Amino acid sequence: MSDATPTPTATPERPQLPAQSPPVDPAETAVAGDKAASTGNRLSWWRGNGGEGAKRNLGLIGVLAALIAVGAITKPDLYGDPTWVWNNILAILQLASVVGVVTVGMTFVIIGGGIDLSVGAIVALAGVWCTTVATQSYGAGGMIFAAIAVGICVGLVNGVLISYGRLVPFIATLAMLVAARGLAASISNKQTQVSTSTFINDIAARKVLGIPILVYILGAVVLAGWVLLNRTTFGRRTIAVGGNPEAARLAGINVRRHTMLLYALSGLCCGIAAIMLTSQATSAQAAMANLYELDAIAAAIIGGTLLSGGRGTIIGSLLGVIIFATITNLFAINGLSIEAQNMVKGGIIVAAVLVQQFQFKSFTRLLARNRLTTNT
Amino acid sequence: MSEEETVTQPEENAATAPADTGADVPLIEAPADTVAGEVVLRLTDVVKTFPGVRALDGVQLEVRAGEVHCLLGQNGAGKSTLIKVLAGVHRPDSGEVEWRGEPVTFANPQAAMRAGIATIYQELDLVEDLSVAENAFLGHEHRSLGFVRRGKMARHTRQILGRLGHGEIPPGRMVRALPAAGKQIVSMARALSHEARLIIMDEPSAVLAHDEVENLFRIIRELTAQGIAVIYISHRLEEIREIGDRVTVLKDGRTTAANLPARDTPTRDLVSRMTGRTIEYVFPDRPTDDTVGAELLQVEGLTRTGEFADVSLNVRAGEIVGIAGLVGSGRSELLETIYGARAAEAGTVRMAGRVLRPGSVGAAVRAGMGMAPEERKSQALLLGEPIYRNVTLATFGRYARLGFTDAGRERAEADRIAESLELRPRDVSRPVRTLSGGNQQKVVVGRWLLGGTKLLLLDEPTRGVDVGARAELYQVIRALAAQGVGVLLVSSEVPEVLGLADRVLVMREGRVIREAPAGELDENTVLDLVMAGSLMEGAPA
Ligand SMILES: Nc1ncnc2c1ncn2[C@@H]1O[C@H](COP(=O)(O)OP(=O)(O)OP(=O)(O)O)[C@@H](O)[C@H]1O
Ligand SMILES: [Mg+2]
Repeated sequence: MSDATPTPTATPERPQLPAQSPPVDPAETAVAGDKAASTGNRLSWWRGNGGEGAKRNLGLIGVLAALIAVGAITKPDLYGDPTWVWNNILAILQLASVVGVVTVGMTFVIIGGGIDLSVGAIVALAGVWCTTVATQSYGAGGMIFAAIAVGICVGLVNGVLISYGRLVPFIATLAMLVAARGLAASISNKQTQVSTSTFINDIAARKVLGIPILVYILGAVVLAGWVLLNRTTFGRRTIAVGGNPEAARLAGINVRRHTMLLYALSGLCCGIAAIMLTSQATSAQAAMANLYELDAIAAAIIGGTLLSGGRGTIIGSLLGVIIFATITNLFAINGLSIEAQNMVKGGIIVAAVLVQQFQFKSFTRLLARNRLTTNT
Repeated sequence: MSEEETVTQPEENAATAPADTGADVPLIEAPADTVAGEVVLRLTDVVKTFPGVRALDGVQLEVRAGEVHCLLGQNGAGKSTLIKVLAGVHRPDSGEVEWRGEPVTFANPQAAMRAGIATIYQELDLVEDLSVAENAFLGHEHRSLGFVRRGKMARHTRQILGRLGHGEIPPGRMVRALPAAGKQIVSMARALSHEARLIIMDEPSAVLAHDEVENLFRIIRELTAQGIAVIYISHRLEEIREIGDRVTVLKDGRTTAANLPARDTPTRDLVSRMTGRTIEYVFPDRPTDDTVGAELLQVEGLTRTGEFADVSLNVRAGEIVGIAGLVGSGRSELLETIYGARAAEAGTVRMAGRVLRPGSVGAAVRAGMGMAPEERKSQALLLGEPIYRNVTLATFGRYARLGFTDAGRERAEADRIAESLELRPRDVSRPVRTLSGGNQQKVVVGRWLLGGTKLLLLDEPTRGVDVGARAELYQVIRALAAQGVGVLLVSSEVPEVLGLADRVLVMREGRVIREAPAGELDENTVLDLVMAGSLMEGAPA
């Protein structure tokens, strides 16, 4: 049946195409590779998904540097003292630790195409649950277990409602925000519940090798989050599900189950954060972790996570959280009000995103130019 | 905006317009000062670079009023980039664009439209959640005092659609609800809602079935008879022979031949100027019968109301089964249902004897199925992700150990696919977004060529793929079949179905009306079968 309507086939001995008229010269190809930033050896270790993350993150480091410069200018005496600076860095990291852990979970949810407004409420519920008299009677282990189990369970409820109940994430988690705080208030009787476990309370109070344990926890969660997002099938599914759910589904990925798991993951992070926060305050109450959802979402967005899903980096989110903590710290050492601080934070959110866009474009261009001149 | 002028256009050709129309149809009517044969557009040494790619590297082009000027070139040659320069989407780095005798640079698409250049893009650029009418008039809505005049817009849209031979598409329908071909019609309606001197069509026929292409040609002839110039891009040489006047060939961003006569230039010449090599015309040979193995896929009585009814078919290991039929005959829906992307209302799908859970893609994939869907952008690609991650989207789990992905392995596999499908550029780290349309299509198909797939469901696999790469793709598919993979192929191109498949099913209105070995059918028989009956109503004679 070779006389069917013809279609072209290459003759076997055809010359190699690119050799005839190369579409791009090697130097340019190098830049192309760099734009995709995945073959490049430099920067590649912290390359998130999509490869543009690294450059975005450099912009955030620039913002951070600017904030530190402002600090150094306003308080030159303090910044001249190395021990003070070291302690201040630790203070900032400690300040960032709890929200940071929540933000890691939030980053996954947003990359996966969702949003979780209930994180603050889950932290509060988990905190209250693990400090009830009954739970505390099981000791520190029981408290930790309770907080994490509550976090995961509430996250799972969110996930089931969203993926199988087909609720819009915004609505489902908004409802959970209200409900979980309500439950927390009724469990605690609107009282502050003091933690009597020295093990728990020591988490925030102790340092190991001069660094607070809370900072280690943040580091561990960030590292785990990074590995999960960039090196595992779970992370790849997250990006696929958020980037193009239909394509993910047709590629055989179980989009619903994965979406559910993302909210459970966020819940898990909230559970961990609840222990950290309870430890810091040596108590828990229904109003704790107020507005954490906003801090976490803002940090993720500043960090370059696309609200529509499919793109984001853990490192970016971490930098976002640290930037916020640095602003708070800056205002504290300058004795300025919370109100002024909030206004500046709002401005920073907008500015950071604008700067990233601008900087990202021009940086790529700069890089392209440099490569061209050095390679040819 | 120029609606006011548009609105006062006198009605022309009232015979084809629906009864309730106002007298405001600019469609298929050239501006009064059009001179047929006059050069309207001239490009000299146009260069456009993207980071790392010289997409246009000195393009010359000359278009006359009233002609159909075809652009030919391999995937990635720069055709779409060129038309985006003309449409004001991209600005050229250097070179000159002369429009009606004057050098111009269009700052944005609106400027180009105002100058009289309307464009139908390769990648449909419709807003899915707006209605047909809103899409057709996006950016230049009929307005009075700031209010959108919906009634008028709907009427006008209905008129345009009527002229396009698709009066049945309701102007109020959400675009999301339309099939691919319907969307193509809407973007055509958008281009025709402007008063244009030049209409650019970037692979308009890629999503159209045979009769739709005829309809498109009828429209193009009407346009050119009015003195409107048309730039027409297609990878199908037969179309260029039929509709084109002159051809300009691009290769690697350069004009390699300009103003060739479309009808008389030998195919060998065209192809060698496009590809820089000679190409023979054959489908891969069919193997002798004994290579076909055991039954792999058995579909019985599959039904979805309004899409297809009582479809039974089977595919054996090593066999390529083709489905021919018009767009809207239920082919794609059938494929998606077999794959579990849609749940069947009745009937069963069996793989190697085991019944698959209806509506579960996961089950189908675990049973060894793979599907390259019809719409690459919305159904298949993660545009921001690198090529290799798109190629391995369905298989990365297979290369992973204990849940940890193996980027090196994935990259190597993707490289192999990129090589065998002639992906250009070959660098698999680039984001898919930066690939040309045809190369994106290769990524979609390539995903399932990685091995481990027992049954391949291909929905329009060569859409937008150039002649050379198309042949490569056929070879790859045939080679897979030779290894025992079953293939179920849907294509609007009847020659492709007949040339590649071993056995052909003809579908019409959701039913299989004929099944025969490919050797027993020829193109005309199939076309008669698919178009017989009610579907011929309203089609041009
Ligand atoms: N936004 C972009 N960024 C980077 N490179 C791009 C971009 N758009 C196109 N390119 C590159 O420019 C070249 C020309 O692409 P173009 O889309 O014009 O090809 P084409 O001739 O239309 O091909 P096809 O037949 O496949 O549609 C390709 O190498 C493509 O990868
Ligand atoms: Mg193109």
